[in-house]
Amino acid sequence: MFDYQFLLEVLIGGLLSGVMYSLVAIGFVLIYKTSGVLNFAQGAMLLFAALTFVSLVERGTSFVVALAATLAVMIALGIAVERAVLRPLVNQPPITLFMATLGLSYIIEGAAQLLWGTQVHGLDIGVSDIPFDVGGVFISRFDLFAAAVAGSLVALFTLFFRYTRTGLSFRAVADDQFAALAVGLRLPRVWAAVWTAAGIVALVAGLLWGARLGVQFSLSLVVLKALPVLVLGGFDSIAGAIVGGLLIGATEKLAEVYVGPLFGGGIEAWAAYVVALALLLVRPSGLFGQKLVERV
Amino acid sequence: MTVFRRMKIALGAALALGLAGTVAQADEQFFPLQSYRVGPYAAGGTGFFGGFIDYLNLINIRDGGVNGVKLTWDEGETQYEVERGVEVYERLKNRPGVAAWNPLSVGIAYAMIDRITKDKVPLITINHGRTDSTDGRVFPYVFPLLLNPYSETSGIVNYIASREGGPDKLKGKKIIVLYHGSPYGKETIPIYKLLADKYGFELEQIEVPHPGNEQQSQWLSIRRAKADYVVLRGWGVMNPVALKTAQKVGFPADHIIGNVWSNSEEDVIPAGDAAKGYVAITTQASGAEYPVLQEVIKTVYGAGKGNLDDKKRIGSVYHNLGIVNGILNVEAIRIAQEKFGKRTLTGDEVRWGFEHLQLDPARVEALGAKGLFHSINVTWDNHEGDGRVTFQQWDGAKWKVVSDWIAPDWAALRPIIEKSAAAYAQEHGIKIRTSGDDPVGQ
Repeated sequence: MFDYQFLLEVLIGGLLSGVMYSLVAIGFVLIYKTSGVLNFAQGAMLLFAALTFVSLVERGTSFVVALAATLAVMIALGIAVERAVLRPLVNQPPITLFMATLGLSYIIEGAAQLLWGTQVHGLDIGVSDIPFDVGGVFISRFDLFAAAVAGSLVALFTLFFRYTRTGLSFRAVADDQFAALAVGLRLPRVWAAVWTAAGIVALVAGLLWGARLGVQFSLSLVVLKALPVLVLGGFDSIAGAIVGGLLIGATEKLAEVYVGPLFGGGIEAWAAYVVALALLLVRPSGLFGQKLVERV
Repeated sequence: MTVFRRMKIALGAALALGLAGTVAQADEQFFPLQSYRVGPYAAGGTGFFGGFIDYLNLINIRDGGVNGVKLTWDEGETQYEVERGVEVYERLKNRPGVAAWNPLSVGIAYAMIDRITKDKVPLITINHGRTDSTDGRVFPYVFPLLLNPYSETSGIVNYIASREGGPDKLKGKKIIVLYHGSPYGKETIPIYKLLADKYGFELEQIEVPHPGNEQQSQWLSIRRAKADYVVLRGWGVMNPVALKTAQKVGFPADHIIGNVWSNSEEDVIPAGDAAKGYVAITTQASGAEYPVLQEVIKTVYGAGKGNLDDKKRIGSVYHNLGIVNGILNVEAIRIAQEKFGKRTLTGDEVRWGFEHLQLDPARVEALGAKGLFHSINVTWDNHEGDGRVTFQQWDGAKWKVVSDWIAPDWAALRPIIEKSAAAYAQEHGIKIRTSGDDPVGQ
């Protein structure tokens, strides 16, 4: 007899995992929306943020001070990236900017190890991972907390984009860079702000992923989880990142449990990409991505 | 450790091999080290190579070398990447007095087998490497010292049997092997099947795709299967994630048994409380209470020549593995010197030393390593050397040994190893040695 309770458990676990993927994807979306750059360094930024935070805590800094200091470091990093990398590459083709972020990711990873060492660290953010038992279905407390954080982050960004001057300038730049320039918006300032915002997302995602995996070098690999989410949800939609994350999380878990045994298991890593690619064929801009219309 | 010092190490490793060590000359025995001090596996690399270098330093400072032959080394950074490991091999292989290669990397070791066989220099793959390289008749220069993957498998099953009250109690138990989705992870699949048939336990083997940072579905399946034990054959981030996810689905940590690459502090610390009670196999105990470790602290670190920046890591799993690796390399040289003379030896002479590396518990005690590891008995055709294993349990702060020294079922495994080695010999046109006096080579 089919075990519906188990199906429900796998589905809930997948959806909650998907929220974690969305957290990483949001950082990509922020930068892509405003500059058209796929920031490959997002994973490295996440690692750098988590490693900085945990290293400060281990050196006796209080949680709040370490959080504030790491936030300051991420803001400084965002501004530095804009000044040292993006500004000199204005008007270069997207592939050049992408390669620049690829190089940047290696530099940030190397710098993180030089500054804080190569040891792995445990990170306790005070949220237990003992599961809830709801009618025989185990639900992770930590994943629920992460989902709440992700939801709050999306709500904050929505308010920010709709009701603040800087947020509106983000949207203006995202819609049309040349028009934004024409009405007097300063692109470098917007880019610095958006890289700072991506740094803040990296900090939040780094703390949650760091608490889940431990803070170690492979933390930067979580970007691989965000890529199919972006393809599915669209590179320039925060709502798409959330929906894409949920769909990818649920799909890969269900595929692993119910289809995996037919292939000898271990399919979830590529099952997510199969779904993303299938959608790409019928909807190249993703579920929520903006369709590119060009006059030819 | 200052930023400047870290930069010096990284740049030194990458750019200037001469900075890190010394150059082998007359009456010096040289160890080329394909280390990894940066990159994703740096935590293990710094511990292992740190321990190895600490022991070589101890021999130099305390004894003036091995019978007056000074030990030297140089490091080449590989970041655990095969092509970099091979590049370092090509760069350092012509240095005078190369004793042995110790890459601590399955991928690099595989890529080196043909090269070291041609160059007639031993390749040491302590606790890892090709299982069939245990057969010295076919692999004269490769030494998977102390433990190969098949022995590890048998040792783990024997331990579970001891917890259940004997091998006959395994019948009807359910054991799930959670393995890393890589050739390393898959290597023991047929051996677990073999042992399941032999002892009558129910077996399921579940793959975790690399890198293993998401395991929700695998652990839900484990919970549904109502496993009695889970064997964790992991690597890197897969290990703490396994422990955390096990907690998430309510699987008890003390029924998870880690393999030899899931047994370090780096595997449990990131998992926090979820790792409490977790048990893992090891060939060498952790801790710094052993006389040899005390000597390293006093003599090497006392002289400011310790290799670990963080002294708290002295006695950690990887550091102690490096120390044991140092003991085995040095003793092989010492044994070979008895036959060939107290001078710089050729790689082939050191190979002879490894093929006669027999350290019984009394000799291990004399070396200050009683309790650190049990014994080794390498012969010309058994390059693993019948290492014993023990099991350690994480108490939230440190590992505690919770078993006696356990012997894997070598007799049952040997025919499988010989069959695989014979196939390799046929494929590569290798003449199988029939005695230790046979000339070696392709």
